[in-house]
Amino acid sequence: MSATDAPKPPGGTRRHPVHEPGNVGARFPKVDGAGKADGSGIYADDIRLPRMLHAKILRSPHANARIRGIDVSEAEKYPGVVATLVGGEMPAKYGVIPWTHDEQALATDHARFVGDEVACVAAVDERAAEEALRLVRVDYEPLPALLTVEDALAHPEIKVNERAKVGNVTKHVELEFGPVDEALAGAAAVCHQVYQYAGSTHAPIEPHCAVARVDGDGNLTVWSSTQIPHYVQRELSRVLGLPQSKVRVIQPLLGGAFGGKSDPFSLEFCAAKLAMKTGRPVKILFTREEVFYAHRGRHPMRMDVKVALDRDGRIAAVDNHIHIDGGAYASFGLVTAYYAGQLLTGPYRFGTYRFDSTRVYTNKPPCGPKRGHGSVQPRFAFEVALDEAAEKLGLDPIEVRRRNFIGEHVETVNGQRITSNGFLKCLDLVEEASGWKERRGKLGRGRGLGVAGSMYISGTAYPVYPNEMPQSGVLVKLDRSGRVTVYSGASDIGQGVNTLLCQICAEEMGCDPRDVTVVAADTDLTPVDLGAYSSRVTFMVGLALREACEKLADKLRAAVAAKMGCAPADVRLELGTAGAPQGAMSFAEASQLAEAAEGATLAATGGYRTKKLGGNYRGGTIGASPAYSFTAHVAEVEVDEETGIWTVHRIWAAHDCGKALNPTLVEGQIEGSVYMGAAEAQMEEMVYDRRGLLFGPSLLDYRIPTSLDTPEIDARIVESEDPNGPYGAKEAGEGPLHPAIPAIANAIHDACGIRIRQLPFYPHRILQLLRERDARGGTATGGGRRPQQRSEEPASPATGGGRRPQQRSGPVA
Amino acid sequence: MPVSTGHRRKTLVRLLVNGEEHTLAVPVQRTLLEALRYELGLTGSKQGCDKGDCGACTVLARPRHGSGRGEAILSCITLAQDAQDLAITTIEGLAGPQGLDPLQRAFADCGALQCGFCQPGMMLSARALLDRCPRPDRLQIQEALSGNLCRCTGYTKIYEAVEVAAGVREPASRAPVRSERAAASDQVAHAPKEIAP
Repeated sequence: MSATDAPKPPGGTRRHPVHEPGNVGARFPKVDGAGKADGSGIYADDIRLPRMLHAKILRSPHANARIRGIDVSEAEKYPGVVATLVGGEMPAKYGVIPWTHDEQALATDHARFVGDEVACVAAVDERAAEEALRLVRVDYEPLPALLTVEDALAHPEIKVNERAKVGNVTKHVELEFGPVDEALAGAAAVCHQVYQYAGSTHAPIEPHCAVARVDGDGNLTVWSSTQIPHYVQRELSRVLGLPQSKVRVIQPLLGGAFGGKSDPFSLEFCAAKLAMKTGRPVKILFTREEVFYAHRGRHPMRMDVKVALDRDGRIAAVDNHIHIDGGAYASFGLVTAYYAGQLLTGPYRFGTYRFDSTRVYTNKPPCGPKRGHGSVQPRFAFEVALDEAAEKLGLDPIEVRRRNFIGEHVETVNGQRITSNGFLKCLDLVEEASGWKERRGKLGRGRGLGVAGSMYISGTAYPVYPNEMPQSGVLVKLDRSGRVTVYSGASDIGQGVNTLLCQICAEEMGCDPRDVTVVAADTDLTPVDLGAYSSRVTFMVGLALREACEKLADKLRAAVAAKMGCAPADVRLELGTAGAPQGAMSFAEASQLAEAAEGATLAATGGYRTKKLGGNYRGGTIGASPAYSFTAHVAEVEVDEETGIWTVHRIWAAHDCGKALNPTLVEGQIEGSVYMGAAEAQMEEMVYDRRGLLFGPSLLDYRIPTSLDTPEIDARIVESEDPNGPYGAKEAGEGPLHPAIPAIANAIHDACGIRIRQLPFYPHRILQLLRERDARGGTATGGGRRPQQRSEEPASPATGGGRRPQQRSGPVA
Repeated sequence: MPVSTGHRRKTLVRLLVNGEEHTLAVPVQRTLLEALRYELGLTGSKQGCDKGDCGACTVLARPRHGSGRGEAILSCITLAQDAQDLAITTIEGLAGPQGLDPLQRAFADCGALQCGFCQPGMMLSARALLDRCPRPDRLQIQEALSGNLCRCTGYTKIYEAVEVAAGVREPASRAPVRSERAAASDQVAHAPKEIAP
């Protein structure tokens, strides 16, 4: 079907039926790949400016302390030191969410965790600055530290963060959809368990770095390894008291982020303020240890979950009480408290739903958005609980997920609008690829398969600060040489959005994608994009660019048609040429004709405008997204029952990204997500001692998986062609992380009959559960176990009872 | 607190990097990575941890009078003055007269580059492997790269790139699978009841 015979969906369809190199849908190599492959690409720490100073930040050794005074006079005398900085020089509070401004670049009177920023020194080199920090005298009055959610709730009289209105609570959300208690009472099987998710961190390989410079006219420029240049510009302006028009933020190449660079950080404010004070450029590069203190990673959560199934295996009720350990600052925590509940309501239909979510301040490095923000933890709990409940009914784990499929173009129980939904196809693919039907139960002792599904947003319907302006804007300029320049505020953080922008230009205008320059993420040069978070970039900037390109393509077609004497609709723009029935010309020649006809520079703008979405209740817009992605995983694990050591051999991951604008990049996002999810199940945890000191803030001690620790990953792309996404595209960067953890947990159960409900799945925890299993008289055999649950006979009452549901296939209508 | 400044003493070091001879006056504790990045402007070698954990600073080194490009070493835990007897190859020196190294092309073609920060080190470790073992199997690749942490890719496309560079396979080309429209459910949203403070 071509785009002309059917009404066009808002997101557009591909113009060309066949794949052309570099168009949408092609495996086009990344446009910044060469610069990354030969070492010439410039990351923040590669920037060196004349007379540049280096600054270092002094951090609190106390988890909770009143600051009675800071004396920098000795540090100022140290050889090489040019300037010092304390919090009183820029005391304004900031934060990425306008309602929770609770951070200061440097603490004025209260240090809230071990590693909290207290003072800063700029010197001619990094070493002199570091040495001078030892001469800064801080008079601390240590206070009792609240390191757990339980302690923080039990001691409201001790304040971790003064912004908390009630005790130490950042945010409490309680929402109920339908009569949950009634549904629970009438259910055929209920799983009621407590699940605990450990905190983990992003650990991008590039540490945070910022370079600031002030020119003679007082214009401030900050190069920063950030994924939110626009918000950093806003907060710099507020905290430093400069008009926003005087602040320019540029994001150079970024060495990984995963949500860990989506807050404004102290180093940006300190570098900028010191540049203003000294008139010299200032660089601050975090050490790896400091990256761990800057954190903003996955929140530890304790989830008390009830999942109730009716006798047909349909989800009658889900009830989740969630405690979220937030650390010392709010970061995106207001959103986290909502996401923990709001994003769980697909890909399955919930009869009723309730969540009660409380984010609590504690004296630890602040948590924030890590890939799959807020929803990875409840997804783990729910998908394992669903397995546990299904087991009571003797239902196959894949079958129970099919049976509860929510469908397409439906509203979830909490009022979110789901459009396309390829989840069933995802399930089919991983079921087939893993050999689920033939292999499950026959893998032998200690080996097992587990499944899980998930849903995620493609951007949030609403911006972080309320406004009516577009969430993403682009400007496209067409030069008479045939070069196209895209000015986009969007942050390429490695996911490859700059490459997709070139492919969209090629698709719409027929130019060579290699003739597209992307000017990106520079607040002076580019239109606003809100940043690389919530999986919004490809969706929103893609639509914005498509709109701009369509306008330019119309001008090109009109000019070529006038010259050739044909109708504009007969002009084909493809593969670097403009073709008409009468002949063809190069893209550059067409550009010249169009520029002549225009009588001015050829340019067009496009934007992504927020649509009204979400439930009609307080908080109903949080979690509302213009489209949702869906994922299914099957994991295969092997458990050594003697030691508790387990290995995840392989994960099959199928992800519905709507439309793969570049399958290579989408596969990369799926594979990276699966890796990161499996890592959280395997080994990653932020561990603190009883004084709040982070154990081993290094990559060696924190441990992230090497090539030898990472399972084989089999990534499959499913395309459901969403009507609203650009060419049908939805997100791919965060959704595929979610199912990895519960799929592994469910596979461990399949392998040896234990339910691990606490992350990470350390061998000693596995071993303990195996001992408990043996003490209960459970069997230690792997395959072929639980015949009563898999046979065609009804489940015995001893295994949870309930009448065996009717066999059904396909979606529940 | 008295702070010693004795370590500010500088020493002359001779470094042979990418075939070019350099003489530098550096503080005695200057690491090879710092010398490459901050003295020679070879910023392709990256600093991810500065303590030998991540591998982003990996360079190739052989004795000055040896042959080939040598072994992968960690420049962040090598002192510049201890590298004087070595011939160093950094990512900037990996391309030859014929243009990019096959690994550099394969990394770009296979999508093995996401943020790109670990890649210089990753590619140099892979080059050391292919120089001593031109057709490695998957486990040999995994072992050779196990000192280079990547946070973006899950390593999958990196293995693919090394195998493509070694000429043992083609880049991945599996087509996406179309999802047919699935039946909508009879879902009815319940009226929410908010009890938030």
